[in-house]
Amino acid sequence: MTDAASQTASTPNLRPPSRFKEFWSSFKENRGAVIGLFVFLAFLLIAAFAPLLAPYSFDAQDRSALLVPPFWQEGGSTKYLLGTDALGRDLLSRLIYGARFSFFIGLLVVTLASFCGVLIGVIAGFAPNWLDTLIMRLMDIILSFPSLLLALVLVAILGPSLINAMIAIAVVLQPHFVRLTRAAVLTEKSKDYVTAARVAGGRPLRIMFRTVLPNCLAPIIVQAALSFSTAILDTAALGFLGMGAQPPTPEWGTMLAEAREFILRAWWVVTFPGLCILITVLAINLMGDGLRDALDPKLKRS
Amino acid sequence: MSDPILIATDLKRHYEVKGGFMKPNAIVRALDGASFSLTPGKTLAVVGESGSGKSTLARVVTMIEPPTEGQLVIGGREIGPDGAAGDRKLRSMVQIVFQDPYGSLNPRQTIGQTLMEPLLLNRPDIKADERTRRAREMLTMVGLRPEHFDRYPHMFSGGQRQRVAVARALMLEPKILVLDEPVSALDLSIQSQVLNLLMDLQERLDLAYLFISHDLSVVRHIADEVLVLYLGQPVEIGPKDVIFDQPRHPYTKALLSATPVADPAERKERIKLTGELPSPMNKPEGCSFNPRCWRRLEICTKVEPPLQGHGHCFACHNPVPDDEEVAA
Repeated sequence: MTDAASQTASTPNLRPPSRFKEFWSSFKENRGAVIGLFVFLAFLLIAAFAPLLAPYSFDAQDRSALLVPPFWQEGGSTKYLLGTDALGRDLLSRLIYGARFSFFIGLLVVTLASFCGVLIGVIAGFAPNWLDTLIMRLMDIILSFPSLLLALVLVAILGPSLINAMIAIAVVLQPHFVRLTRAAVLTEKSKDYVTAARVAGGRPLRIMFRTVLPNCLAPIIVQAALSFSTAILDTAALGFLGMGAQPPTPEWGTMLAEAREFILRAWWVVTFPGLCILITVLAINLMGDGLRDALDPKLKRS
Repeated sequence: MSDPILIATDLKRHYEVKGGFMKPNAIVRALDGASFSLTPGKTLAVVGESGSGKSTLARVVTMIEPPTEGQLVIGGREIGPDGAAGDRKLRSMVQIVFQDPYGSLNPRQTIGQTLMEPLLLNRPDIKADERTRRAREMLTMVGLRPEHFDRYPHMFSGGQRQRVAVARALMLEPKILVLDEPVSALDLSIQSQVLNLLMDLQERLDLAYLFISHDLSVVRHIADEVLVLYLGQPVEIGPKDVIFDQPRHPYTKALLSATPVADPAERKERIKLTGELPSPMNKPEGCSFNPRCWRRLEICTKVEPPLQGHGHCFACHNPVPDDEEVAA
């Protein structure tokens, strides 16, 4: 009665690997993703222990040391490893504290955008035709604005502050989650296992969130990871335009804006915040790609 | 013979299709008046070409969709427009096995979770360890091993998945199992294993099967009674042997003549039907088979033939004579 295949499949191997182990084994095959993960974790640790790591406070000024270059350059000193800015503040300390803001921004924006987006997306996927159309046209309207411009308008209405900038960016990012979730829900919804769950007696809410949603998570997680970097980038852009974090907040984008006028005289005040943004965003994107490969069962080899 | 567990009378299921801009909506008569009954321990096979309403019939009987018209009585109770929603007993009576074993299992659930879900939802009186025990028992019953319990569907082959699907359908101890082409997605050697499993289970559990298929050799193997569906309407129904040996409706005759026979010595006259299945939105007048029928009479284009007969019923004005084969 047993299939030949079932006999080969049940050779005395032990329990099947747990879900996390399986995920990790496929994730670690992608070297870029692992590097991205470690860089991400390093930044996370720096952000968490910023007060312990930073040699100075982020707003401590040293009037005797304005625009001091990094220590390896002529005129630099080991007192300020990466030099100081125009107000005599230690650049390294400010960058370390800046990591905090970036992670806070990324986390909050992504949580807000993905939570609302996924919720609306699932509802749209299961809603009657008219509601679905209503929701999707609304999202299309939001998407039809250039994202940074819309964020700028929202900040202008709400008032320039870091929190408002984050809310604005979350609103701008959220239609992507709605569309992605709805599309995934629509493909999953028509599959037989959903009908089977209904025949087994599943109520609509259970079908929506327990049966269908977990099968749509892979693209959503990838989108969340990639949005994390977009959020950091957009907040930096808003900060650069003076609509995000306000000085003296050591937010990387705001730091760039403050340093703009010294770009020719003191390269370090612009370069280091820019590098920080670049490295974080790159690491997160690499990690996001790896996540997609590891989470998408369609790409799995087994 | 025991009493029927399911009686369907004149079941209809129509869908409305948007006509598009400036056009009236059209009605698709996917299922247009099917009457039959299911008896415990017996198999009713439903055959017909693609688009003849077989799967719609399955969805109506499983109470996934309500019938547009007609009466469905299961276990002595008439099914209302709500179907089985809110009625756990009714829900447990009818379960379904789908055609595609790759789409019918939730890829995020282990086999164990898949099997226990129906119990979790419908039998709150059963404790967790009892649920596990029953699920493991069911795995052995369908010929899988207990260690498959914690695996995910993607680790299984098509035949094994179909066994899991059968196991899931049986978890609620249903009386009726709707099998929507359960073996057509499997290759031939696995087909017979799954069919034998199904027949074995039917004998042990006294199940009534509604077996939907377009593969007549499979039907011959498993069915007790055969219902031939054409454009959502039954054209012939009767005991398997009678249908296979003495088909009276020209359509049944044509269907049967299309099955390959593994005997080169047997000379076969193949009846070729011309034309396509007409659109169920726009059925021909009179008998719906008349545009493709080679025995068409004047009356066929005007009057719809009723399904008549006793035990072996067929809807035709000019049926294939009983002794045609003898004469040939």
